[in-house]
Amino acid sequence: MNERFIILLEKYFENKLTDSESQEFETLINSNAELKQEFEEQNRIKEVLRKMKLKNPSREVWDGYWLGIYNRIERGIAWIAISIGAIIFFGYASIEAVNSFINDTQSPLIAKVGISILFFGALVLIFSLLREKFFTSKHDKYKEVQR
Amino acid sequence: MRNNKVSARTISKKKTKEFEVLVKDNMKRAYFCALGMLGSHDSAMDVSQEAFIRAYRNFNTYDTKRNFFTWYYKILRNHCLNFIRDNKNRKEEFFFESGKNEVSLNNPEQNLEEKEQLEMLHYAINQLETEDREIIILREFEGYSYEEISAMLNLPAGTVMSRLFYARKKLAEKMKRLME
Repeated sequence: MNERFIILLEKYFENKLTDSESQEFETLINSNAELKQEFEEQNRIKEVLRKMKLKNPSREVWDGYWLGIYNRIERGIAWIAISIGAIIFFGYASIEAVNSFINDTQSPLIAKVGISILFFGALVLIFSLLREKFFTSKHDKYKEVQR
Repeated sequence: MRNNKVSARTISKKKTKEFEVLVKDNMKRAYFCALGMLGSHDSAMDVSQEAFIRAYRNFNTYDTKRNFFTWYYKILRNHCLNFIRDNKNRKEEFFFESGKNEVSLNNPEQNLEEKEQLEMLHYAINQLETEDREIIILREFEGYSYEEISAMLNLPAGTVMSRLFYARKKLAEKMKRLME
């Protein structure tokens, strides 16, 4: 399609054609039947679009819009605080638990070894699952395919 | 130390207040842009609000000399595109209405014709590619100028004009096919 025609047409719709451009546009349309047809088609679709608008929701929706955002920001901050608190608390509790487990002289050695291997296995399993979730899925060529 | 705390809180309050004004000034266009792209009231509400939250978190990077909506629109657009990518089977609602404020009681034929046009436009727009749909919403429904769209989409004004022309052409073809 003639690029000049497109620019002039869009300017025509915006009422921004200068006198010389207006003349050029008219000459283009009148000298080329295909361009004239394009112009008429674009005019028709513009006319249809002019008659329509996007549905406006009720006033209550707008009244509660900012509050919805504010609540979500506030809750986001609350979740961050809870997460940080939980990490500190469980981190400290884990260190204490490991210390008391190591320093415990009453439990038999075989039980200590068993529990250590159990925790080691659980840690490897969690690490493996997390790696699969966060890294492998990024490189999945078929993730867009609907299963 | 106490003074620092107070001033930090004051800054935070000031930032929130300032942001609230910006949200209230821009929420309607944000919602309508999202509605045009996503085709559902609930999704448009959710995505436009989520984009405002992201904008709030990155508010320090916003250059106040620039237009807020142009800056915000880039965040909103990314959110909309992610939403479309992640929800391929989403259902779209009927999100157009007649531009007239009153329904003419004297001309039922005209009303019927407009209703049919509304339905056809809805189906035709739904069949368009996201980029075509977006540019039609921005220009024809939200009334942004080519320069504004150019800044929002990071495209030269000539490209905006050309894309708009072809988007309207595709829309006309789809509507014609629906009419047959």
